[in-house]
Amino acid sequence: MQFPLLSVIIFLPALAGLLILAFPESRKNWARWTALGFSVVDLILAVVLYLLYNTATGNYQFIERVNWLPALGISYYVGVDGIGVPLVLLGALVVMCGTLVSWRIEERPREFFSFLMFLGTSVLGVFCSLDLFMLFFFFELAVFPKYLMIAIWGSPKTREYGAMKLTLYLFIGSMVALVGALAMYFASGKNTFDMLELEKAGFDTTFQRLWFPFVFFGFAVLGGIFPFHSWAPDGHVAAPTAVSMLLAGVEMKVGAFAALRVAIMLLPDGARAWAPLIFGLATVNVVYGAFIAMIQTDFKYVIGFSSVSHMGLVMIGFATLTREGLLGAGLQMFSHGVMTALFFSVVGMVYDRAHTRDIDKLGGLVQKLPLATLGFIVGGLVSMGMPGFSGFIAEFPIFMGAWKAAPLVAVIAILGVVITAAYILLVIRRVFFGQASPSLDLAHITGISVQDKVVVVMLSLIMIALGCFPSLMTPILETGVDHILKLVGGA
Amino acid sequence: MNAGMFQPWMILAILPEIGLVLLAALVLAFDLRWHGKKAHRLGWLTAGGLLVLMALSLIFARPSSQPLIFGGMLRMDSSAFIFRMVFLMGAALTTLFTMDRKSANTRGEFFGLLITATLGMCLMAASADLVMLYLAIETTSIPLYILAGYLIRDQKSTESGLKYFLYGAVTSTVMLYGFSLLFGFAGTTQIYAIANQIKSGSLPVYLPIMAALLIVVGFGFKVSAVPFHFWAPDVYEGAPTPVTGFLSTASKAAGFSVLIRFFLAVFPEYAPTWIVMVSGFSAASMILGNVVAITQKNIKRLLAYSSIAQAGYILIGVAAGSTLGIAGSIFYLVSYLVTNLAAFGIVELVGRSVGSDSLDAYNGLSRRSPALALALLIALLSLGGIPPFGGFIAKLLVFAAAVKAGLVWLAFVGALTSIAGLYYYLNVLKIVYLYPTPKDSKPLVFTTPWRIGLAICIVGIILLGTVFGPWYSWTSIASTSLF
Repeated sequence: MQFPLLSVIIFLPALAGLLILAFPESRKNWARWTALGFSVVDLILAVVLYLLYNTATGNYQFIERVNWLPALGISYYVGVDGIGVPLVLLGALVVMCGTLVSWRIEERPREFFSFLMFLGTSVLGVFCSLDLFMLFFFFELAVFPKYLMIAIWGSPKTREYGAMKLTLYLFIGSMVALVGALAMYFASGKNTFDMLELEKAGFDTTFQRLWFPFVFFGFAVLGGIFPFHSWAPDGHVAAPTAVSMLLAGVEMKVGAFAALRVAIMLLPDGARAWAPLIFGLATVNVVYGAFIAMIQTDFKYVIGFSSVSHMGLVMIGFATLTREGLLGAGLQMFSHGVMTALFFSVVGMVYDRAHTRDIDKLGGLVQKLPLATLGFIVGGLVSMGMPGFSGFIAEFPIFMGAWKAAPLVAVIAILGVVITAAYILLVIRRVFFGQASPSLDLAHITGISVQDKVVVVMLSLIMIALGCFPSLMTPILETGVDHILKLVGGA
Repeated sequence: MNAGMFQPWMILAILPEIGLVLLAALVLAFDLRWHGKKAHRLGWLTAGGLLVLMALSLIFARPSSQPLIFGGMLRMDSSAFIFRMVFLMGAALTTLFTMDRKSANTRGEFFGLLITATLGMCLMAASADLVMLYLAIETTSIPLYILAGYLIRDQKSTESGLKYFLYGAVTSTVMLYGFSLLFGFAGTTQIYAIANQIKSGSLPVYLPIMAALLIVVGFGFKVSAVPFHFWAPDVYEGAPTPVTGFLSTASKAAGFSVLIRFFLAVFPEYAPTWIVMVSGFSAASMILGNVVAITQKNIKRLLAYSSIAQAGYILIGVAAGSTLGIAGSIFYLVSYLVTNLAAFGIVELVGRSVGSDSLDAYNGLSRRSPALALALLIALLSLGGIPPFGGFIAKLLVFAAAVKAGLVWLAFVGALTSIAGLYYYLNVLKIVYLYPTPKDSKPLVFTTPWRIGLAICIVGIILLGTVFGPWYSWTSIASTSLF
């Protein structure tokens, strides 16, 4: 029997979570080091997975299957395709970075790191699920860590509201999608939740058109699609830094990924029929999200809305149903995940020191936090889609695909990129450069810790490397895109 | 008919029931001997005795090839078997949670009544005759009325007992009227014989519908489904907490066991009619229970409304009327048993230590005892239907059954109301994890039997939610035996 690489990657964080819960409360460092140790190993394994994935054969690899409930056709069935592999890497990466930036949490660190690890298992599990039941299982597993982490460790003013809003939005979405998934299960007549079988089920067109919106929008709520996006900024802002990183960086990709895997890949006719609506809503995401980001006075809300805007590009990529668009969406998911994790970590570093996120009260931070500033600028350049950074190679194919499928969408969405440049530059100038506001005591601001530096440098380098050498990721994604195109029958 | 006549082996089939009678007698006898002094032992005796009976039931009283016994009085099929295990388990756990409660100091009677009620439930699940069924229901109900009002110095408890009794008496009368209609026209009290007559069309068409309407009042009361739920919040609030736990789980399961058997056996011809009725009750229960629970300030009332809502979810499976649906309902009941008993076990401990059941008593519980808070988290999330806990699989099964039966609207009602459900469960968790501990908070008093009980419940919740294969196949066998 081969080494169960995927299962180990999925369950390593949960194991760490259980282990941490068993530690005595007073041993705060045990919790930290255990979380870090396990997440580093997990990241190494994810890199190994990335390297071992065979792009020549493509399709689903590292498959493991164990019967779970044969009577209903439920099995523990994991495997990854070209879309899933980069996301597994992203998930493991952000979990590790989240652990590092949370190093100085003093309030109940045992519970914090334990819940963080469970959240990690949840997202990694979704990316690897080939069984529809299992996908829901892991999807919903995230409910309690998300809620509790925001409610307990979030920013005091909005945490109760933000946590509840986020949890209920996502739960509504997933319950609606669940009913749709059950409808698919029975309509297929195959008595199986196996998604590879369901891909071949050949649902009739009426059925697909009826159920596609339930499944797609149910999951897309977590992807932040307009008009169900409002949980995202509120939730991200209320959450502690590590959770913001995971939510915006990975959880939103979980939503997008599930919408792709379950709705678009299993109901391709439905996807074609509903693509115009997705185009419309996603374009609103891109432009409206960017505009709203521009007028925010709270540093963290800027990033929160920028996520809404960028996830719109992913949805546009999906809706094109073309090679370019899907490839771009895959790259954008990874690139945005890394970028927004970096953004939120820098926001956290600034807030921890300045004790305010009000842009008007910040300024001149580059003197004290040069590396964080540099990291934020790199993230900003990615965000604007500057060539040489990963944002460019992700957004460019999306616009190419959109130009093919719906030129008007491409034209309007490009407007969003211009606005993005505006608000990013504005924030960089007002927060990091210029004159420090009188209320900000620059002298007392300390430099960032070693852990923070590791995070900033690592995430920045990944985005630059991917921007300069897109071929690090494109071959893998292409195999995934090929498979999707085969299903949706596009060019 | 002759097949059901008495034969010696039939004694074995009801061995656990006989054991329950003996156990009740034994507990009362030892109570006299120990004079309430070594009262702790009575609890262990009851719990141990119930455990032995579970083992006996597994070894000797498995469902046989010829289920109809004692002249067609009882039908010891897989369904009766599974439900018996559920009731015995529920009673044993309730015993463990009650043992160290000071206010229940006349304990012998308490445990004796508990065992008698359990006996009634086992017979309810197996009854195949109207007379037997009625007797079984009353054997269950009367001890429960007394248990609900057990704390005679506590006004709320006596009110609870009286209310429960009055509601129970009225609904049981209406149900009895339904039984008499069926008997009057069919000339037999045997459920399966009545079913044959209805099938052959020798009865007036409107009669079964009228009878079903009357009978459902009695069953609806037992399962606390809307619109027969009015008693539940007051009774749950006032009754001693372990009794509330028992009422909301084992007693509800008993109600469902007869509801399912009766409707599937007697009225299969009228399925379209009663499916409409049951789905109506189900939707109303889910909506009302979940919405009203949001505003509750007392944890027992909150769990009471949640329990009404859960009855609605279980009814989804019944409304689907398929083997999958019934299996889902039974799975739901099993998972609900361990989950809700865990929740009420924790409520009992907090109530015992702090002296209050208001939600304020839970402020900062996670700082006082992280382990207890985690257990409450597991129980509440399982009630909310979140994996990896039993409640998730249970909800999924009933929703699946609804979608399969074409009741997609009901699945949507269930899915959407479960969001309200999650909201108030999370609100409790917020209080537990987020709010500061009051300065004058009293220490929590843990005892060994309580720990054992809670550990069993938590392990059960997680097992049901992760390794669900064997449990599902059991419930599915039980469900098949009813068709």
